[in-house]
Amino acid sequence: MAEFASSVASGIPSASRHRDYQASPATREVPWVRYTLLTIALGFFALFLLMPLFAVFTEALRKGWSVYFAALVEPDALSAMRLTLLAAAIAVPLNLVFGVSAAWAIAKFEFRGKQFLITLIDLPFSVSPVVAGLIYVLIFGAQGWFGSWLSDHDIRIIFAVPGIVLATIFVTFPFIARELIPLMEAQGRDEEEAATVLGASGWQTFWRVTLPNVKWGLLYGVILCNARAMGEFGAVSVVSGHIRGLTNTLPLHVEILYNEYNFAAAFAVASLLALLALITLALKTHVEWRQTAALSPESREQAT
Amino acid sequence: MPTLSHLITRRHQVLPGFGLTLGFTLVYLSLIVLLPLSAVVFKTLSLSFAQFWEIVTAPRVLASYKLSFGASLLAAGINTVFGALLAWSLVRYRFPGRKLVDALVDLPFVLPTAVAGIALTALYAGNGWLGKLLEPLGIKVAFTPLGVLVALVFIGLPFVVRTVQPILEDIELELEEAATCLGAHRWQIIRLVILPALTPALLTGFALAFARAVGEYGSVIFIAGNLPMVSEITPLMIITKLEQYDYTGATAIALVMLAASFILLLVINSLQGWSAASSSSTGGRKS
Repeated sequence: MAEFASSVASGIPSASRHRDYQASPATREVPWVRYTLLTIALGFFALFLLMPLFAVFTEALRKGWSVYFAALVEPDALSAMRLTLLAAAIAVPLNLVFGVSAAWAIAKFEFRGKQFLITLIDLPFSVSPVVAGLIYVLIFGAQGWFGSWLSDHDIRIIFAVPGIVLATIFVTFPFIARELIPLMEAQGRDEEEAATVLGASGWQTFWRVTLPNVKWGLLYGVILCNARAMGEFGAVSVVSGHIRGLTNTLPLHVEILYNEYNFAAAFAVASLLALLALITLALKTHVEWRQTAALSPESREQAT
Repeated sequence: MPTLSHLITRRHQVLPGFGLTLGFTLVYLSLIVLLPLSAVVFKTLSLSFAQFWEIVTAPRVLASYKLSFGASLLAAGINTVFGALLAWSLVRYRFPGRKLVDALVDLPFVLPTAVAGIALTALYAGNGWLGKLLEPLGIKVAFTPLGVLVALVFIGLPFVVRTVQPILEDIELELEEAATCLGAHRWQIIRLVILPALTPALLTGFALAFARAVGEYGSVIFIAGNLPMVSEITPLMIITKLEQYDYTGATAIALVMLAASFILLLVINSLQGWSAASSSSTGGRKS
C-alpha cells in the first residue's frame, strides 16, 4: 500500500528545487499566520510521529541496559531474528527479480492490457495483511486445497517457515516493481535500442545500459521492500502459529512478550525494529539525494 | 514465446526479452497473488447466499464494519487536514530541522506496525505520558474506539503528505504572482488558485490513507482493547473466526474486505489519473 503514494511522490524527488517563497509578497503569508501554521503542523508531527518513536526507546530502557541486552540475546529472540532475516533474504531477491522483469516488459514494450497488469501488480498493497495471510491458509492449510496432499507427504507450510516466507513475499510483492516501472518508462528505450543496434546482446544491454540508469531507484525499492519484509506483522501472524523459537519473527516475538506483560523485553525487541526503521529512513533519504543529483541537468551534462 | 508476442501492439521491436520477462511476470503474479486470492472467492462459493449473508451481516461483524470504516474515514479526514498543513510547511517554509522532519514523515511506512501499536498503547494508557494528561479530563484513548482512531491517524499520515507535497512543489510561483497583480488577497489566492490545484492530490491522499486504514491490523489491535461490539475492527473478526477454526466464516468476511479494497483501488487509480492530468495543466513538470 505504501508505494502507491511513494510512486506518486518519490520516484524522482523534486525537493531539490530551492525556492524562497518568503521573498516575494505574492507567495508570502504575514508572520503570525506563518508561525501559527508551522506550530500546528509541527505540533501534530511531534504528537503523532515523534512521541511514539521516543516512547519505544524510553520504555525499552526503563529497566536499564542489562535487562535490555538480556532481552535481545535470549534464545527465542535470537531465533526470531534468524527467521526474520531468512524471510527477508528469500522474499527480497525474489521480488527483485520479479520487479526487474516486470519493469522491463512494461516499460520497454507496448502491449495490450498493460494498464490492467500494473493494477494487478498493485493489488497486494490494497489487500489487508490479515487477508494476505488467510489466502495461504486456504490453499496450504489442513482444510485447504492442497492440505491433505501436503499432510500425506509430511510437508508443513502453514504454521511453519514456508508459510511465513510466502506471506512475506505477498506483502512485499509490488515494492520494487512499483519503483522501477515509472522510472524505466520515463527513461524510454532509446539507449537500449542503440545498444542493441550496435550489437549488444539482451543481457549486455541490461547490465551495461539499463541497470546503471536505474540503480538508485532499484536500491530505493530494495530498501523499502526489505523494511516491510522484516516488519510485517498481520499476514505473518495468521500463518505462523506462534511457535516460540520456531515460527516467530521479530514482530511476532514483540507481540508475545507484550501479551505476557513482559513490557521491558517487548520494547527492547521493538526498539531493534525501530532502529531498523530509522536506518531504512536514513538510507532512503540518502538514495533520494543521490537520485536527485544523478538526474539533475548539471550531472547529466558532465556525464556526456 | 510466440503465444505472448502477439500481444505486442508496436511492431518492428528491436529490444529482446519481451516473451521471457512478461511470461515470468505473469507466472509469478499468478502463483503468488492471483491464484491465492481466488481461493477466497472459491471458498466463499461453498456457501449458499443466505449463509454468506448471515455471516457478513451478523451484529458483531456489522459493528466491526462501522468501527473500521467510520474510524478510517475520520482518520483519513484528520490526515488530509494536518497532512496538507505539514506538506505546506515543508514546501513553503524554511525552519531548522526541516530535512529531518521531511525524512521522518515516512516513519509510519517503515516502522513495523506491531511496534507502532505497543508504542501508542504505552503513550495513551492510563499511566502513559499522554494518558496521564487526558484521563483526568475524562478522555480515555487506550482500549476504546478513540484508540483505534489514533492508530489509524498514525499509519495514514505519510500518504497525504507524500501525495500533496510534489504537487505543491510544482505549482508555479507565477500563478500566485499573476493573481496578486490582478488584486487578489492572499486568502483568495489560497482558496481560488492553490486549493483547486491541490484538490485531486488531497482526494488521492485521503483515499490512500483510508484504504490503508481499513485493512490495518498490527497497530490497532494493541491499543483497541478489542471489546466485542465496541472496539473490534473487521480484520480482527477474520482472525477471531480463524482461531475458532471457522475458515468459511473468516473467508466470507475476507471477501467483503477484498471487494472494498477492489473498489478503493479503482477509485485511487482514477484519482491518480486525474491528479496527474490536472498537475500538468497547472504548469507542473511534465515528466
